[in-house]
Amino acid sequence: MDAGYITPFMQSTQNVFATMLQLQVQIGEPRVKTDRAASYDISGIIGMSGDVTGSVVLSFPTETAERVVSLFTGEEITKAHDDFADAVGELVNMIAGGAKGRFKDRKVSISCPSVVVGKDHVVSTQKDVPCIAIPCETDCGQFVIEISIQDRKPNETADAAAAASA
Amino acid sequence: MKILLVDDSKTMRNIQKSVLTQMGHTQIEEACDGQDALSKVGAFQPELLLVDWNMPNMDGLSFVKAFRQQDKTTPIIMVTTESERARVVEAIKAGVNNYVVKPFTPDILNQRITETMSKLATV
Repeated sequence: MDAGYITPFMQSTQNVFATMLQLQVQIGEPRVKTDRAASYDISGIIGMSGDVTGSVVLSFPTETAERVVSLFTGEEITKAHDDFADAVGELVNMIAGGAKGRFKDRKVSISCPSVVVGKDHVVSTQKDVPCIAIPCETDCGQFVIEISIQDRKPNETADAAAAASA
Repeated sequence: MKILLVDDSKTMRNIQKSVLTQMGHTQIEEACDGQDALSKVGAFQPELLLVDWNMPNMDGLSFVKAFRQQDKTTPIIMVTTESERARVVEAIKAGVNNYVVKPFTPDILNQRITETMSKLATV
């Protein structure tokens, strides 16, 4: 994966948390994630398509997610609440949307988010695309952004454009 | 003023509703996607619409295009994570009057609504 795709996610995450939650995020050292298991119990997942394809996962321990969502929504919300998944989904939506807006010369669309709540779940991504995990630390606890995206080959993009205009 | 909030995220609708309430607006209707919004505009007759872009069933841009076929003047503010210049241009061409990029502060949303309504009043 182009290292240039990492920084936009760091900046976007800090911007989303600072703007919507007034919460500072300390970013740790990104690492290549090799295990398939989700980092934590709550995963907000969003897909990217277009010039860049793949997935972005925002993964929280339950306690951190409940604190973050409560701050975001302005009310005490646990994972059992109807609005819990919606709030986690909107966070990953804003992070991915903000990151793609920072990509240079790339047209990218994002999917509607999905949220998985539960211990020991697995988020399957493309096997040939490395997953980069960016650890984050806040006053609400730690979480991680997992990015598994790749540039489409130039001819692949051109083929798709030709097919679309045909 | 009657305002229609169109966003698939209840959390975002609640946040926007809170800002609108603080601004003194009380006549607020909600829709969870473009289709839902199209089914509500006739009866509700909104005077301002805040519309998300990425939604299931019918996205915000498709909704704006469909709505503009029946209503050329009611102001629409797009409230979305889509921040690329090309997207903003696409939305304006479709008939959007103003644009707010998520994440936003209450002040920004307030400011955009005020400037949108002011522009309309001077036309």
